[in-house]
Amino acid sequence: MKTSFRMLPLALFAAPFASPALAADVSVAVAANFTAPMQKIAVEFEKDTGHRALLSFGSTGKFYAQIKNGAPFEVLLAADDETPAKLVKEGAAVSDSRFTYAIGQLALWSAKPGVVDDKGEVLKQGAFAHLAIANPKLAPYGAAAVESLTRLGLLGSIEPRFVQGENIAQTYQFVSTGNAELGFVALSQVYEDGKLKSGSAWMVPAGLHAPIRQDAVVLTKGKDNPAATELLKFLKTDKARAVIKSYGYAL
Amino acid sequence: MLSDADWGAIRLTLELASVTTALLLVIGTPIAWWLARTRSAWKGAVGALVALPIVLPPTVIGFYLLVAMGPEGPVGRLTQSMGLGVLPFTFSGLVVASVFYSLPFVVQPIQNAFEAIGERPLEAAATLRASPLDTFFSVVLPLARPGYLTATVLGFAHTVGEFGVVLMIGGNIPDKTRVVSVQIYDHVEAMEYAQAHWLAAGMVAFSFVVLLLLYTLNPTGQRR
Repeated sequence: MKTSFRMLPLALFAAPFASPALAADVSVAVAANFTAPMQKIAVEFEKDTGHRALLSFGSTGKFYAQIKNGAPFEVLLAADDETPAKLVKEGAAVSDSRFTYAIGQLALWSAKPGVVDDKGEVLKQGAFAHLAIANPKLAPYGAAAVESLTRLGLLGSIEPRFVQGENIAQTYQFVSTGNAELGFVALSQVYEDGKLKSGSAWMVPAGLHAPIRQDAVVLTKGKDNPAATELLKFLKTDKARAVIKSYGYAL
Repeated sequence: MLSDADWGAIRLTLELASVTTALLLVIGTPIAWWLARTRSAWKGAVGALVALPIVLPPTVIGFYLLVAMGPEGPVGRLTQSMGLGVLPFTFSGLVVASVFYSLPFVVQPIQNAFEAIGERPLEAAATLRASPLDTFFSVVLPLARPGYLTATVLGFAHTVGEFGVVLMIGGNIPDKTRVVSVQIYDHVEAMEYAQAHWLAAGMVAFSFVVLLLLYTLNPTGQRR
């Protein structure tokens, strides 16, 4: 009962657009940093193929635990390349489906204009009480931030002022509410259509940390769903790549 | 088994729960007294405000506390003008949040206990020329003892079990804001399931023992 009622308006809405014989739904677990671009891509994906991508956003570590415990996800867009590789090794994902859909760009960001200069000198001057960072143990962007600070020789002086978000979305929240004066976020969170949305930022040079490779993979639950394979194919199209790049990811 | 970081989290959690419970008993008593005795039209509104944390998702409380206590928020402006800085990411901030979050678990049992006493013992004390303060300490408090026991145990246990609010305003700083529930979450997220189990099983055992004590010591006591 519940399902049929919920699906009814969707079915009515979708009927004129899609050819029902071919269209399918695919559940996708999406890394929090890829939220905004994926929402755009899902719309284009449905327009072009008739398939619908049902998106869940969260941290890659949590998705891993959920997938291992029977979560109904069919595709994973991870924030790293280790988790998809691990899932493949453990037989929970389809090995030849794995590829890098985006390379993350780390940004030092403040919600206020003029706080972060475009060379990151603010880190050396150190006139701040809190610097937000995603938990380096859990989040690839957090690990990249720690690696960069280590390379710059600043980790020791700044670490006592760390406040940690559980994932990159919470880290953004700490900075955007002004509770932390600045923080390391994913550029995709503060960047749209090729420019900064608000505040001030320093794009951390790629040479300061190992590249943040974000891999996609079809999960075992989705191996017979044509929409899952189609979605990964769609992520490789110029159309999808243009959206991904417009949020500041490298490819 | 348990690492130093785990023990640090346990110590911090007990500290937070103790400070919060002590504050709540002091703050909660006059609120409960007023709610139990008043005929004011505001009774419903105040009672509803006190009970809000029971029904609100911790994400709502955490998010609004983060915004309100932040540098641009009303509470944040006040604390900054008092020279205290801002509260998120500090132990004091966690105490403030926990007091708000666990308020109904302390106020409601005490209020029920006060209501159960009724008017008669108070009138009897008054005819014996006891001052209101004297009446409160020698008549009301002893009679409300089961209510206080329930309030103390629930306030403490509920603060120990707090997660969402702390996660949102704490910033996960070792020995300052990283409590046990957050530490467990970290272990699970990092796929350190063995360590997560030690702490999680400890929480289950602790919570059970605390409630068992409450229900054994206080079989006829008021429970909310």
